[in-house]
Amino acid sequence: MNPFDYLQADNASNAVKLASAAAAGKYLGGGTNLVDLMRETVERPDTLVDVTDLSRRIEARPDGSVMIGAAVKNTALAADRTVRRNFPLLSRAILAGASGQIRNMATVGGNILQRTRCTYFYDEASRCNKRDPGRGCDAIDGFNRYHAILGASPSCVATHPSDMCVALAALDAIVHLEGPEGVRMLKLVDLHRLPGGRPDIETELRPHELITDVELPALSFAARSTYRKVRDRASYAFALVSVAAALDLGDDGNVKDVRVALGGVAHKPWRALKMEAALRGRAATEVNFRAAAEGELSDAAGLRDNAFNRTRQADDRCRPR
Amino acid sequence: MQFDTPATTNPIDNLKVVGQPIPRIDGQLKTTGRAMYAYEWHDPKVPYAYGYPVGAAIAKGRIKSMDVSAAKKAPGVLAVVTALEVGKLKKGKYNTANLFGGQEIQHYHQAIAVVVAETFEQARAAAALINVDYAEDKGSFDLKVAMETAVKPETGEPDSAVGDFDGAFKAAPVVLDQSYTTPDQSHSMMEPHASIAVWDGDKLTLWTSSQMIDWWRSDLATTLDIDKEKIHLMSPFIGGGFGGKLFLRADALLAAFGAKAAKRPVKVALPRPFVVNNTTHRPATIQRIRIGAERDGKITAIAHESWSGDLPGGGPETAVMQTRLLYGGENRMTAMRLATLDLPEGNAMRAPGEAPGLMALEIAIDEIAEKVGIDPIQFRIVNDTQVDPEKPERRFSHRDLVGCLKLGAARFGWTGRGRPGSKREGDWLIGTGVAAAFRNNLVLPSGARVRLDSEGVVTVETDMTDIGTGSYTIIAQTAAEMMGVTIDKVGVHLGDSRFPVSAGSGGQFGANSATSGVYAACVKLREGIAQKLGFNSEDVVFENGTVRFGNRSIALAEAAGPDGLVGEDTMKWGDLTKTHQQSTFGAHFVEVGVDAATGETRIRRMLAVCAAGRILNPVTARSQVIGAMTMGAGAALSEELAIDTRRGFFVNHDLAGYEVPVHADIPHQEVIFMDETDPMSSPMKAKGVGELGLCGVAAAIANAIYNATGVRVRHYPITLDKLIGGLPDIA
Ligand SMILES: Cc1cc2nc3c(=O)[nH]c(=O)nc-3n(C[C@H](O)[C@H](O)[C@H](O)COP(=O)(O)OP(=O)(O)OC[C@H]3O[C@@H](n4cnc5c(N)ncnc54)[C@H](O)[C@@H]3O)c2cc1C
Ligand code: SF4
Repeated sequence: MNPFDYLQADNASNAVKLASAAAAGKYLGGGTNLVDLMRETVERPDTLVDVTDLSRRIEARPDGSVMIGAAVKNTALAADRTVRRNFPLLSRAILAGASGQIRNMATVGGNILQRTRCTYFYDEASRCNKRDPGRGCDAIDGFNRYHAILGASPSCVATHPSDMCVALAALDAIVHLEGPEGVRMLKLVDLHRLPGGRPDIETELRPHELITDVELPALSFAARSTYRKVRDRASYAFALVSVAAALDLGDDGNVKDVRVALGGVAHKPWRALKMEAALRGRAATEVNFRAAAEGELSDAAGLRDNAFNRTRQADDRCRPR
Repeated sequence: MQFDTPATTNPIDNLKVVGQPIPRIDGQLKTTGRAMYAYEWHDPKVPYAYGYPVGAAIAKGRIKSMDVSAAKKAPGVLAVVTALEVGKLKKGKYNTANLFGGQEIQHYHQAIAVVVAETFEQARAAAALINVDYAEDKGSFDLKVAMETAVKPETGEPDSAVGDFDGAFKAAPVVLDQSYTTPDQSHSMMEPHASIAVWDGDKLTLWTSSQMIDWWRSDLATTLDIDKEKIHLMSPFIGGGFGGKLFLRADALLAAFGAKAAKRPVKVALPRPFVVNNTTHRPATIQRIRIGAERDGKITAIAHESWSGDLPGGGPETAVMQTRLLYGGENRMTAMRLATLDLPEGNAMRAPGEAPGLMALEIAIDEIAEKVGIDPIQFRIVNDTQVDPEKPERRFSHRDLVGCLKLGAARFGWTGRGRPGSKREGDWLIGTGVAAAFRNNLVLPSGARVRLDSEGVVTVETDMTDIGTGSYTIIAQTAAEMMGVTIDKVGVHLGDSRFPVSAGSGGQFGANSATSGVYAACVKLREGIAQKLGFNSEDVVFENGTVRFGNRSIALAEAAGPDGLVGEDTMKWGDLTKTHQQSTFGAHFVEVGVDAATGETRIRRMLAVCAAGRILNPVTARSQVIGAMTMGAGAALSEELAIDTRRGFFVNHDLAGYEVPVHADIPHQEVIFMDETDPMSSPMKAKGVGELGLCGVAAAIANAIYNATGVRVRHYPITLDKLIGGLPDIA
């Protein structure tokens, strides 16, 4: 960890100003990921702007949408009554992640921008295109049990580790941003990038853009939703694969509408649009769910340690229970 | 005192304090944070400096040059000590790899420098500025490849054979021939290795986290090339070791060199990734087991071969040892072969040998029982033996495996167990499994000093360690029983090289050996008291804080007199362990659920029944066993050091990547101890239990998974990818 300045911001504009003024400024949420990366010298900011005093509001609006401040703690969001009632997949996704202590520290903004858990990325002695562009990727032919089967590139096969973001992707969440050039909005599914030739560029954010809020658009059938995370131990493990799904069933037993997103399979939370299209209007049966999942995974490519992900994916777990 | 004839009635048999469920006497210190672990010793008047280690970034080769100029100039830096400056050091008796010093790199993250600074953060930041130029050699990192060139180890007893295995195996009507693998595992103790070194002239004081005070002290003296007497080593509290702190480690050396260079007391803790790649681990094994049986289940032929690897000069993982003793059968052979691997040093981890050996053997027994067509418990009962099957003239001192299996079966509800894949609850496939537990009982010489003061307080001093096991408590119980006082009248001081040398903690020899040492010292003290009072020591009774002879009774405080009295002795062992086979036994029962869609295994209940001689304290012993069962769950389901076979290191080198069980993984655990004593083992009539609890657990889980799913996995850990292809269709 190299020496750095620590500043606190009490509002968004001030935060942006402080971060932009530094040579290598970064925002600090709960620090549960950033500080680890600084210890390993993967991140070397010269200034940290603490943004945990920005909005911690969770506002349920009359139209059914919800505005969530970027500084809301993961624990608080998971425990929120509106979220639990109307968007259970989000609450369950958050609770499936990390540990109680980490969720108490972690913020919504920081969770979205947490970086991959690829072990080579954390290890200075390894080759990693994400850390040192052009140096190579030790994971592709190395230990890659937790790596991507969708949308990966010959440069990088890392996954985005967030559980919360998988639910946000399914919900079409909108991320509100403020940067030196003003405010704007991005859909969460458009915020993270696939690795391509530049795995070091992970998001569409512009320099010093700050996440101020996350908006959940109203989605009536999200009340019928869940999150299922598959992992090697019962808690405190990253997903081998996870699914966030919401289902709107017609009286005829057919799928009126459906939202599905997958975690642990790609460089970004993976919205399963192919699968959704295949299911809309079809009978909600095991066979159809499986066929739709297999369609979504038709392009999946396994590596040495994660090829099993393909064979039996999280397909059948998409049905909410 | 020499223990060379079986114990007869002695004061321990009163069981007023020994054998009672007394909560650990150091519990409050620990729960309130007042128990000082190595790194935490902090005297505000002492100007501690902080050392941060640098590890080699290659697995094999040598250092060509090191550039430390930037690190030396970094803020707060007091000293940088490199392996090149220090030069090649003598190696301690118990170390395989060099810990520090010289050009040669023998494994990844071998210590090559320590940076000492005013603060921990400054030391860490400066350490990242060191540039090293290596000449890298090609190493051997893959056991599957290296086993081709494995050799018979030169020491120990790698091979054994009785009768005609090949002939009997060929003739057997039912046979099994299977291979099993166990992965490299990490001790993953909570407290990483840590030391504080303080020099006073040529005298060194070291606070550290060590299971074996005297081994560390000797090896530290050898490595530093100083007189052992000049070293004072303290390790009163240890946050777990599991074998990872048996032998001198780099933190002690780096603290000593750092403190010398900085002329300040220096603290060094190994960062978590160093615990994995800088220290030792349990080596992976490849095992082949062949069993031939009669139609009634009687084993006629049994063979167990094991391959493991280590650095040059290391030893094999002794995974076949229990197979020499656990089941009968006239024709038998075992063999161990050792390959050269340039991974970090392989060495002892809780129940070395038996733990990975039983992971394989107890699946094999389940498999052959199924082939024969009898219940696996019945199969084990049929093949029980009361003598060492390789040397039938040696009887077991006391062996109640059958009792454990029978009692466990009744308690667990074993009858009515279904065929593989036949029981289902919703999405869960349910199954049960059983395995035998077996671990040898070892004894080591152990000394203690016991003082009685004018207040009637008894104080025990021994360099015995408490690695979380409860040593403080059982030692206090032993002294209280022997001196006829209540436990609150006993003080215990451990883990200090100024105290008599004890057995230390390891190999489940600690409890029985160390309390026997205390017993011996108490006998001396009792004699001293009797002599002082002019009593015949044979007939003296110590009870209720008094010493009684005939109808004379004197308070201990008074007997001690103003100067107090001291007894000191070392328990030494005769040849009872040679004339008799001393072992501990048990049975593990497990119920699992396996998710029919994803193959995730979740344990639903666990039961262990242990036969391990007298249980000195049922609550601390139970904690040992449930901890061991938890470790067994990790071994079965998730623990594996993932090797990068190109660069030769363990990739998942932290507790996020190396998955030990969490609370949510561990269900209801029940432990039953058989009510027994073993007079051959010691005057305590106790044996070890801390490792027994681990032995067989993983196989019981593997067998339960098979019973749940019909999928037989022989390669640990049993992760969902190994099940998923074979699961029945989701209904
Ligand atoms: C052992 C361990 C296990 C874990 N397991 C899981 C798991 O199972 N599932 C899971 O989903 N997560 C898991 N996590 C990750 C955890 O969820 C993240 O570390 C946490 O959500 C990050 O939030 P934070 O507020 O601490 O972010 P920080 O560490 O403070 O920041 C992370 C990044 O976000 C940036 N940032 C923070 N706030 C803003 C903002 N408002 N605008 C712009 N940029 C911002 C920072 O600059 C930094 O780059 C685990 C973490 C650990 C250490
Ligand atoms: S997968 Fe990506 S993060 Fe991991 S080593 Fe390769 S480039 Fe780096």
